Amino acid sequence: MNKIKVVHYINQFFAGIGGEEKADIKPEFRNEVVGPGLALMQQFGEEAEIVGTVICGDSYLNENVEEATKVILEMVKAAKPDLFVAGPAFNAGRYGVACGTIGKAVKEQLGIPVVTAMYVENPGVDMYRKDLNIVSTTNSAAGMRKAIKPLAALALKLGRNEVIGSPAEEGYHVRGIRQNYFAEKIGAERAVDMLVNKLKGEAFETEYPMPTFDHVEPGKAIKDLSKAKIALVTSGGMVPSGNPDRIEASSAQKYGKYELDNMGETAHGGFDPTYANDNPNVVVPTDALRQFEAEGVIGSIHPYYYSTTGNGTSVKNSKAFAAEFTKELVAAGVDGVILTST
Amino acid sequence: MVKEIERSGIPVVHLCTVVPISLTVGANRIVPAIAIPHPFGDPALCAEDQLKLRKDIVKTALEALTTEVTDQTVFDVK
Repeated sequence: MNKIKVVHYINQFFAGIGGEEKADIKPEFRNEVVGPGLALMQQFGEEAEIVGTVICGDSYLNENVEEATKVILEMVKAAKPDLFVAGPAFNAGRYGVACGTIGKAVKEQLGIPVVTAMYVENPGVDMYRKDLNIVSTTNSAAGMRKAIKPLAALALKLGRNEVIGSPAEEGYHVRGIRQNYFAEKIGAERAVDMLVNKLKGEAFETEYPMPTFDHVEPGKAIKDLSKAKIALVTSGGMVPSGNPDRIEASSAQKYGKYELDNMGETAHGGFDPTYANDNPNVVVPTDALRQFEAEGVIGSIHPYYYSTTGNGTSVKNSKAFAAEFTKELVAAGVDGVILTST
Repeated sequence: MVKEIERSGIPVVHLCTVVPISLTVGANRIVPAIAIPHPFGDPALCAEDQLKLRKDIVKTALEALTTEVTDQTVFDVK
């Protein structure tokens, strides 16, 4: 079998040319193995070889993306490789972005499999994790040896066109891709195994890690409720009859702003809508709040409610919705918000 | 949404049925509701009693908004 031909991309620093003062060098191609390529070659053994190395200054690439990409694509194309490896970039931001930028261009425009490697907080990870396999590394080049092994292993698999395992198995950053597979044990067994391990105080690994949530300082308490303006917001999907804005039943892409009187049904697809459609107050307690307003317990009610469906809706979308309508709440002088969820 | 609103400085009280989710997401003032399909009602009760129930929950929510908190706090309906 022929050896898999690899082109390797590195920056000026790992090529031994220089540090920041040489970060503006233009792309060059060498018909040889340079820097970390030597360690990669050791791992490749007889299966693959680096036929050429592209070297480019990090600043040059980031400041001249179009020009540099064009030139580098020509270099890679001329070498006719079966595989393209970039980095590892560790936590070097511009280098990581460079590896991702060039990697994505090679993959999409030349149709060659690509793998790179960097530290989780390298901005290149979030920018390119959806496009590329990015092997997870430590944050500095001290972790080179640890990084090269999984990088070379994944590179060989890609070069051989083999099926790639999960991020945990192969050591790359989660790409947000769901793949069906046949597990040895059914879900119920796996769940019980996990529970037993948890009860025993032993390690267990979730199959569905939850996103991490940041925390926000609590708002200052309202001093005089009788003068306060209260607003109602809901993730329960209450909308005017007929759902005029077509708010999605789940994974909402939008929210609605409506007059408080205009609440007729729920758009939410994640619960039995019978009660909410029968009496919207069970999801947004407008009637109770109105009574408190009439009794003078609160000053006034913001005349609009803001609504979306909370099921399956991404944190990103929810944040964007709220960031937008919060400007209105602030402008309207709202003193406190009651947010209801089903 | 709770957090994004609160980032502006406006206090928010989260009325919700599944308190652990609210705690995980990071709401600071939380009032537990009744059930997922009818957080502020109980179909077993007559309309009048349901309104009373709803007022009790909203009253707790308003009290939560007038209470200074430094950490996540769950306000149970009295």
